[in-house]
Amino acid sequence: MRVSHLQVSDFRSWEHADLELEPGANVLVGRNGQGKTNLVEAVGYAATLGSHRVATDLPLIRHGCPRAIVRVAVVHDGRELTIELEITSGKANRARVNRAPMPRTRDVLGILRTVLFAPEDLALVRGDPGERRRFLDELLVLRAPRYAGVRADYDRVLRQRNALLKSSGHARRAGSRGDIGTLDVWDGHLARHGAELLGARLDLVADLGDHVTAGYAGVAPESRPAHIGYRSSIADSFPAEYGTPGTRADREVLHDALLAAMVAGRDAELERGVSLVGPHRDELELTLADLPAKGYASHGESWSFALALRLGSYELLRADGNEPVLVLDDVFAELDRRRRRRLAEVAAAAEQVLVTAAVEEDVPDELVGARFMVAEGKVARHHE
Amino acid sequence: MYEGPVQDLIDELGRLPGVGPKSAQRIAFHLLGADPADIARLQQALQKVKEGVVFCDVCGNVSEEATCRICRDARRDPGSVCVVEEPKDVLAIERTREFKGRYHVLGGALDPLSGIGPDQLRVRELLARISDQEVTEVILATDPNTEGEATATYLVRMLRDFPGLTVTRLASGLPMGGDLEFADELTLGRALSGRRTV
Ligand SMILES: Nc1ncnc2c1ncn2[C@@H]1O[C@H](COP(=O)(O)OP(=O)(O)OP(=O)(O)O)[C@@H](O)[C@H]1O
Ligand SMILES: [Mg+2]
Ligand SMILES: [Zn+2]
Repeated sequence: MRVSHLQVSDFRSWEHADLELEPGANVLVGRNGQGKTNLVEAVGYAATLGSHRVATDLPLIRHGCPRAIVRVAVVHDGRELTIELEITSGKANRARVNRAPMPRTRDVLGILRTVLFAPEDLALVRGDPGERRRFLDELLVLRAPRYAGVRADYDRVLRQRNALLKSSGHARRAGSRGDIGTLDVWDGHLARHGAELLGARLDLVADLGDHVTAGYAGVAPESRPAHIGYRSSIADSFPAEYGTPGTRADREVLHDALLAAMVAGRDAELERGVSLVGPHRDELELTLADLPAKGYASHGESWSFALALRLGSYELLRADGNEPVLVLDDVFAELDRRRRRRLAEVAAAAEQVLVTAAVEEDVPDELVGARFMVAEGKVARHHE
Repeated sequence: MYEGPVQDLIDELGRLPGVGPKSAQRIAFHLLGADPADIARLQQALQKVKEGVVFCDVCGNVSEEATCRICRDARRDPGSVCVVEEPKDVLAIERTREFKGRYHVLGGALDPLSGIGPDQLRVRELLARISDQEVTEVILATDPNTEGEATATYLVRMLRDFPGLTVTRLASGLPMGGDLEFADELTLGRALSGRRTV
């Protein structure tokens, strides 16, 4: 798939921008702070309804403006669909597809798929487990949009159950029962949604693992082998092969295991007022040879690992038959010559890749294609 | 900002659900130019809604008398009780014309984040109603969202031990995550007629 047309209004620094994009490589070049990343961020937003840089929508709206508009035309299997998103701060966003309003914004998920690699991705390796859980969940949604709903349901049930644990814990310490009689209900719902999310993540890691190992070996052939593995908060109560290549996790087994863990841990949960088991406590482990990447990997190794996670995602989606648009934000400057070359090889073979760079010389020669100069609030197609 | 009473009115209107600052302004200036008789009627309607409306003793729906029109209607089957969250859900189900039984309005759904448990809902009244009367079927028509589903699960557990009672849930197919009242009549009607024993 590819993006044929990108338009933004009042998005980030852009009052208005309008780009016709080409198949193959599209390179945005311009000095620091001219708005290159802002443009590819808009493409990523149309695919994921989130930014790779910020957790909330407010910074995406041009300062002093009521709303931002992102319009992206996507060509897939010879068909063109136009996604239009209106981002309003503090209110529900609105989505249209080919001008028809969608009942929910998340109905646009699945029309555009992107895999975006950016300097922020170093946090995938060095950051908190939450970064890696988010990585998995975003990839899940790219593979199957319905997981956006599963994830939202799980989060909602989790918040409700935590609220109940907190109030019931208080009540218990005060010698009363409170609403603890309804805790079973929330246990059941958390186990149901949790098993679905956990199972999907385990299956994802099973499918992704070899792609990441291969991706890492590709960009850093001299380094020790990289592996990913899923560590669950209830790992002892389901078969150890879940999450390894070639396996599928049985949702029933996970459901029963989650429920049993909640019953067994009830006192501790009431004590602390939070849910202590479930996919929100899990970790995607990244290892180089036998050492965890976090805390041990060098700067270059961490970079390569982050890149391997993105390249692995890209290869997985391709293998699924859903070739995504590849977005490389400001990454070549960070890589040595060989890694640059290796990444350029993958990118040059992509149906479409969007690249940003401050210095044109940082972009490898393999990536010939459309060039855009970004400066002073304008984008100009560069014809040599 | 406008001066005095106009701004007060805009502020009050802006607190209503679904009314943004722009609409609040528009409504305020509309009222400013409206016929005094129209204003008087609106004023009366507002007053009556607080003073004149009571909740039905039996089902908890809004009513003009102690017992509501549906609970008084002898043609409606007292053996079948449809449990909903809010009075507006009664209207939504009435619009489908699929249901000939009676209602029970809970007054909300389980929602620990807002401090709402069974005691804040009309659950005890529902159980009393089922033990006293010849109810044979309870249809759980809470909203198809997290809180509504949890409430339905809770009620299934509470109702399990009533002998001879069938408990059903609306068929799936309602837009998930939504409100019952936003489902169109056809979809809701189909969910109702396709209800399943739980
Ligand atoms: N909501 C906003 N309103 C107005 N301006 C914004 C907003 N958000 C970001 N900017 C501006 O956008 C600029 C950054 O744009 P962007 O990150 O796209 O730069 P870039 O071209 O990718 O630069 P670099 O080469 O340094 O990565 C900054 O000058 C910032 O002040
Ligand atoms: Mg940038
Ligand atoms: Zn009544």
